[in-house]
Amino acid sequence: MIAIVDYGVGNLYSLSSSLNYLGIENAVTSDKNAINNSSAIILPGVGAFADAYKKLENCNLIPLLNSQVKAGKPLLGICLGMQMLFDKSYEYGEHKGLGYISGIVAPLSADLNGQKVPHMGWNSLEFTRPSPLYKYVQNGDYVYFVHSYYAKECGGNTTAVAGYGGVKVTASVECGNVFGTQYHPEKSGGTGLKILKAFSEIK
Amino acid sequence: MLAKRIIPCLDIKNGMVVKGTNFSGIREVLPPVELAQFYNLSGADELVFYDITASAEGRKLFTDTLKQVASCIFIPLTVGGGISSLQDFDVALKCGADKVSVNSGAISDPSLIGKAAKMYGNQCVVLSMDVKRVDGKFTVFSHGGRINTGICADEWAYRGQEEGAGELVLNSIDTDGVKGGFDTEMLNKVCKRLSIPVIASGGAGKKEDFLSLFRSVPKADAGLAASVFHFKEINIQELKIYLKQNGIQMRTDAHMA
Repeated sequence: MIAIVDYGVGNLYSLSSSLNYLGIENAVTSDKNAINNSSAIILPGVGAFADAYKKLENCNLIPLLNSQVKAGKPLLGICLGMQMLFDKSYEYGEHKGLGYISGIVAPLSADLNGQKVPHMGWNSLEFTRPSPLYKYVQNGDYVYFVHSYYAKECGGNTTAVAGYGGVKVTASVECGNVFGTQYHPEKSGGTGLKILKAFSEIK
Repeated sequence: MLAKRIIPCLDIKNGMVVKGTNFSGIREVLPPVELAQFYNLSGADELVFYDITASAEGRKLFTDTLKQVASCIFIPLTVGGGISSLQDFDVALKCGADKVSVNSGAISDPSLIGKAAKMYGNQCVVLSMDVKRVDGKFTVFSHGGRINTGICADEWAYRGQEEGAGELVLNSIDTDGVKGGFDTEMLNKVCKRLSIPVIASGGAGKKEDFLSLFRSVPKADAGLAASVFHFKEINIQELKIYLKQNGIQMRTDAHMA
C-alpha cells in the first residue's frame, strides 16, 4: 500500500484516483501506523513552502518521515512535496527543509529573461541520468508543471530537467530511495501514469 | 520549451454535454465522461467544463459529473459557470478541479480574484472575459455576453492580473461561432501588458486558424474551442501534429499507460 501523506495541503483526489486507475492500493492518510506499514510514501504539496512545512511539523510527521527514509522506504515528493526534500528554500525568506537531498529552492523569476511565472503548462523532459522512475517513458515526453520556485544546486541528484526561458529547470531528483518530481505526474496524462507505475515498482 | 495548449470546452447542462446548435438546428447531448475520455485519448492538453444549468438539481448533477471525470482523466481540469464566491471555488476544487474560472462573479466583486488567489494560489484562479467591439473599443460583456458592462477590456484584463489571476481566457463575442478564425486583433491588443498565460477563445473553424493564432499572437499560450471539436470537424491529434509540423511546440505523446 502506498501512503499519500495528508497534512492538510492541496487536493489529493487526483493523486489517489491515478493510483486507483493503475490498480495500485493506496491510502490518503496522516495516520502514523498506516504510513509506517506502507510499502512506499508519496509526499504531495501545493501552496507556500513555509506554510506547508509548518503543517507537516504540526502533524508531527517529520520524525516518522526521517526514520522511514533512513530505513530505505521509497519516498516520492511531488511539486512542493519535492521542494521540501531539500536543505532550504528561499520562498519569502529563508526556511529549513527536510534535508534528504542536497540543494536549495529559489525563485524562478530571478533567473528568467522575462518569461512568464508561474512556469505553467506542458514541458518536455530532458533526462540527465538514468532513473528507475523513467522505466516506461522516453526522453522528450511531456509532463505538466505549475510552479514559481525551483530546485538548484542539486549536484548529481538531478535526473531530468525542462528548458524554460534559458533555464534548465530541475524536473526531477533522486538520492538513494528518495525521489522528487517538480511536475505533477497525476496531471501528466499517460506519461504521468507511467511514472507513478514505475515508482510503485521500486523496492 | 513549454508547449502551446489545445483545450476543448464542454458546456454541461443537467449533467450532460450540450453540443450547441448544429446546422440543422438540433441540440445534441453526450455523456460527459465518455467525451472527456475521448478528448484525453486524442491529446487534449486540458479540459474546461462550464456549468450552464441554473437549477439546484442541475448543480448537483454537475458536481457528480465532475467527480466522475476527475477520477478517470489525468490532465488539468478547469471549471467555470456561475462562480461568484469562495464557497463556489471550494466546491469545484473538492470535486477534482485544478483551476476555477470566474467571469461575471469577478465583475460584480473584483476582490473575489484576490481572495481566491490568496486562499488557493494564483495558479487556481482563471479570469474569463467575453469581449466585443463597441464603437471601435474592446469592451467587456457579462452574463454570457448579454450585458454590456462598459468596462474597457485591456484595463479589466490588467486589473485581473494585478488582483491575482493566474491565467486569462479571452473570448471574442465578435468571432465566436463564426468559424472565421480567432480575433487576433483583439487578442494582441488586450494581451499587450499581460505577463500571465492567455487562452484564446472564439472563432476556430479549421486547423489553419490555430496556426495563425499562435503565429500572430505570440502571447497566446492556448487555443480553446468547443463545437469544431465536438462535431469532429477538427481532430485534436491531427491538429497538434499539423501545428508541430509547422513549427509550433506541441505535446504529441498523449497515450494512456
